[in-house]
Amino acid sequence: MGKSLATRVRDNLTAYGFMAAGIAVFALFSWYPLVRGVILSFQQVNFVTDPEWVGLANFKAIFDDPLFWTAWKNTLVFTGIALLLGYVVPFALAVLINEVRHAKGFFRVAVYLPVMLPPIVVVLLWKYFYDPGNGLFNAILKGVHLPTLQWHQSSSTAMLSLVLVSTWANMGGALIMYLAALQNIPGELYEAAEMEGASIWQRLRHVTIPQMRFILLVLLLLQIVATMQVFIEPFQLTGVTNTDTITVMVLIYRYAFAVNYDFGMAAAMSVLLFIVLGVFSALYLRLTRDEA
Amino acid sequence: MSSNDDVRSLVSPVFFRRHRGLYFTALTVLIVLFSLIFLFPLYWMITGALKDNQEIFSPQPTIIPQSFHPETYLTAWKNLRIGHYFLNTLYYSVGVWFFQVLIDVTAAYALSRLRPVLGKLVLAGMLATLMLPMTALLVPAYLTVTDVPILGWNLINTPWALWLPGAANAFNIYVLKRFFDQIPQDILDAAAMDGAGKFRMLWSVVLPLSRPVLAVISILSIIGAWKDYLWPLLVLQDPEVQNLSVALTRLAATSGVVPFTQLLAGLVIASIPMILVFLVFQRSILRGLSAGSMKG
Repeated sequence: MGKSLATRVRDNLTAYGFMAAGIAVFALFSWYPLVRGVILSFQQVNFVTDPEWVGLANFKAIFDDPLFWTAWKNTLVFTGIALLLGYVVPFALAVLINEVRHAKGFFRVAVYLPVMLPPIVVVLLWKYFYDPGNGLFNAILKGVHLPTLQWHQSSSTAMLSLVLVSTWANMGGALIMYLAALQNIPGELYEAAEMEGASIWQRLRHVTIPQMRFILLVLLLLQIVATMQVFIEPFQLTGVTNTDTITVMVLIYRYAFAVNYDFGMAAAMSVLLFIVLGVFSALYLRLTRDEA
Repeated sequence: MSSNDDVRSLVSPVFFRRHRGLYFTALTVLIVLFSLIFLFPLYWMITGALKDNQEIFSPQPTIIPQSFHPETYLTAWKNLRIGHYFLNTLYYSVGVWFFQVLIDVTAAYALSRLRPVLGKLVLAGMLATLMLPMTALLVPAYLTVTDVPILGWNLINTPWALWLPGAANAFNIYVLKRFFDQIPQDILDAAAMDGAGKFRMLWSVVLPLSRPVLAVISILSIIGAWKDYLWPLLVLQDPEVQNLSVALTRLAATSGVVPFTQLLAGLVIASIPMILVFLVFQRSILRGLSAGSMKG
């Protein structure tokens, strides 16, 4: 039953009518900025005269900036500590909660509440907890007769302080996903393992973890992508001028909006971050699409 | 509280039955630990705002407030103009929700059911943006909203700077299209027989069937808009039009001028809508997350 040309043209026009707004917002606010970002990284802009083509000068400028290397190093350190804490802790807690036979709802709600708070609330609240003078944490340390810390204000503990806030605020999501995956593991596997005399530890190693391999890998990739874009914690707790904690995103902000007002350098830095994260994002998408 | 002893997990049921005392001790320890780690900070924030200035800055913190000033919340609402920023944020969030649903539902409907020429290409272009970390687009996106191509609009300090870029949401398109794809063709054919046009079909057949997925998208879009910080920080520069997150950091940066208990009250007020949304839609939110992990 072939439709006439006129009908097909009309159907297509109707369809594009429905999609027009969608195409417009994607074109203006996703596709165009993406292209412009790449072009911008090769340009010098001052908003008075026309943008000037400068080749690789922006990239050279950021490579020559010692802050560039500091920011990448800090970002990797943050991601590393965040994985150590934020990857292992929620998994361990999920395994524990999965064994609990009561108050499961309480655990889920409690662990997810911080995720619901606006990130700014979390960061400002923890800034108050960290306050070396009258913050809660030092009060607790004093209470148990331990030496107090300078938390985010000292270069030796600053990074750890940032990771703690971020982990507290974000681990709920991972924990809930682990719990769901744990509940999907068939009970027979544990029974069979037990029959063969496997201890709890061996069952964890040879049943639980292999069964969770997919979700563990997915969350590893998601967490790397998310933590490498860390911004609010260093931006609010330690600021754009603190070189102990400046991260890639904070440096992009600093280049564009705070110190240099150089959009070309910021765009060049964004392109580099984009390429690094793109590798992990592509891996993630391939993984989830193959399995879905 | 439900007790289901027959669930088989890591530890065997026999072990639980033999060691009930040990189990309940461990359970209590876990509940106390979770309360201290995840709930106590919230308690500290809510009660901190009730204390007077002397008590909150005392080096000896008090777990139960010794002074009681609930009026601080009212003062923050009025004098710090938290109320004003609250309403700004509400206005922005509802707008983000409205435009996301309007624009993404119509686009996904066309891509899923009307299948025009080059529809696959458009879909691929939209879904490709799922791979883009939006933060990497920060600078060019900012330049775009200061001078929108072709149209020449400057959206800075207007709600459109949040609403229009917010509507370009590839996740919504993906979820909605997948859902629309699964609606049986017979139902739509029957509606077409009754003389329903493409729009009637969307409005009275597809949308009523899509309530669960619309609910998920709506909840996520409201939560996302309410919590947003970095983008509003760039595009809402005029203090008058800022949302709560941006206004709170501005107020916090002027410490000494702003009474700290009022700032804490502001943090609590900014959190209340999110806590309410969570308590009301807890099941959908947590189930949505769990579903994300079921792909394996």
